[in-house]
Amino acid sequence: MGGLTVNTKLLRQILVGFVRDEVYKVGVRKGVLGLSGGIDSALVAYIAAEALGPENVHAYCMPYRTSNPESEAHARLVAESLGINFKVIEITPMIDAYFTITPDADNMRRGNKMARERMTILYDHSAAVGGLVLGTSNKTELLLGYGTLHGDMASALNPIGDIYKSQVWALSEAMGVPSEVIEKKPSADLWAGQTDEQELGFTYREADELLYRMVDQRMNREELIAAGFDPAFIDNVARKVQGSHFKRRLPIIAKVSNRTIDRDFRYARDWGK
Amino acid sequence: MDFTVALAQIKPKLGCLDDNMALAEAAIEKGIAAGADLVVFPELALTGYFLKDLVPEVALRLDSPQMDKLKKLSERISIAIGFVEVSADFRFFNSAVYLEDGEIRHVHRKVYLPTYGLFDEQRYMARGERFRAFDTRFGRIGMLICEDMWHLSAPYILAMDGAMTLICLSSSPGRGVTESEGLGSAAAWQKLTTTTAMFLNCRVFYCNRVGYEDGINFWGGSEAIAPSGEMTDRGAILEEDFVLAKVDGGALRRERIFSPMMRDENLAITVKELKRIDREKDC
Repeated sequence: MGGLTVNTKLLRQILVGFVRDEVYKVGVRKGVLGLSGGIDSALVAYIAAEALGPENVHAYCMPYRTSNPESEAHARLVAESLGINFKVIEITPMIDAYFTITPDADNMRRGNKMARERMTILYDHSAAVGGLVLGTSNKTELLLGYGTLHGDMASALNPIGDIYKSQVWALSEAMGVPSEVIEKKPSADLWAGQTDEQELGFTYREADELLYRMVDQRMNREELIAAGFDPAFIDNVARKVQGSHFKRRLPIIAKVSNRTIDRDFRYARDWGK
Repeated sequence: MDFTVALAQIKPKLGCLDDNMALAEAAIEKGIAAGADLVVFPELALTGYFLKDLVPEVALRLDSPQMDKLKKLSERISIAIGFVEVSADFRFFNSAVYLEDGEIRHVHRKVYLPTYGLFDEQRYMARGERFRAFDTRFGRIGMLICEDMWHLSAPYILAMDGAMTLICLSSSPGRGVTESEGLGSAAAWQKLTTTTAMFLNCRVFYCNRVGYEDGINFWGGSEAIAPSGEMTDRGAILEEDFVLAKVDGGALRRERIFSPMMRDENLAITVKELKRIDREKDC
């Protein structure tokens, strides 16, 4: 599908420029990110290293005791190939301490807690080194709601939030992300053998083809069916997009005054910068 | 007359009038030093674009000290620059001012304020009500602000009002990264500037800003277009630039001899048919 194919040279120029401009504007020179060993955070590390210089990028790998050791190895591989600052911070003690009070928590609660634990660590380190937290959620995940609110979905800036997973793959290749990282199956690494696509019930490529037409081209249901998509798949994805919309908005504020934050008190974040 | 135009492809700071004034002054001095006769700035060059609630705070009256400073500078070089104008009755306009020989020669208030997609201008600004050409030392000029140019009637009116040069001040957000060479928005604009020049046998000076505001990029790519529709000079894409374009005065005369479309344009028919359409629409 033509629409998902991107001019990676131009995309790279825009995203690198974005990170540099928006980080410097805040008055800092550094970026902080979680490096999971997956492709999204690897790509953001590549973009950040080019934008800020590798010495100004601080990457943290935050494994839990059940995490796949390959994840840490791949995170290290990315950090070493870029020459960025790299540190491993185990989250096992904090997570295990928390779940002693609620040992019956299921995998989803545990996964969410881990994602939020990692984000508190990143924000703490962003204050320690004087940098901004860079987000690593792509457009596919954001639209499907396949991420943890205030966890991996939190950040100060997100360079890849408007590009689909397929485009993440293409740009990663163009930017030289190690092939081991590009080629492996996407996984949130929540439990042994877990893959995103198995959990979602469809592949990212299938989702991207549909989402691109649904969101970017604004095709309606009839047009999508005519384009060859299975109605059940369309409805499933549409439900996910709609059901996760709360994750993409600020908390709602009860309006009582004449000028309510974000509703009629409106300024760009870059106000005065 | 041959002359040199400078397209100041700057990166304004959002809501920082003083910083942007300094940027503008530096570009004006640079233009003077380079021997330019006219310097063109982007839309809202003095304020930045996604102002939202900042609009009233950065608005300037035409008798403000900033305008006086620009007037003074225009004794040395002609200037076209974008800013937020506040009228005596406190309406706020997305305006462009043309200054020459120490005077304001013309103010254009943006007519077409976009509100679709990522745009929200009409929420914060009042709409301009006219397109008028005006006389300058480079002949008759018409000014357009960004979206104005997307409405065929706007450059047409200016050309029928005698403009031979169209100045378009722009803050065009970059979007549409596809498999093709350039940005979608840049490609569309490049078609528009060249086609407009060709249809109306006018020169077009297009000045577009760069930088990012809340993650939205402005792609630059400012252009000087000859009356034949040929692009003669273009600024860098996505980077600050200062384009100096030498304008061949005779090219316009030759083009209008070669393809006398403006001479043959029948204003009476246009007016008659537009009036009929307007009448019938009311029914």
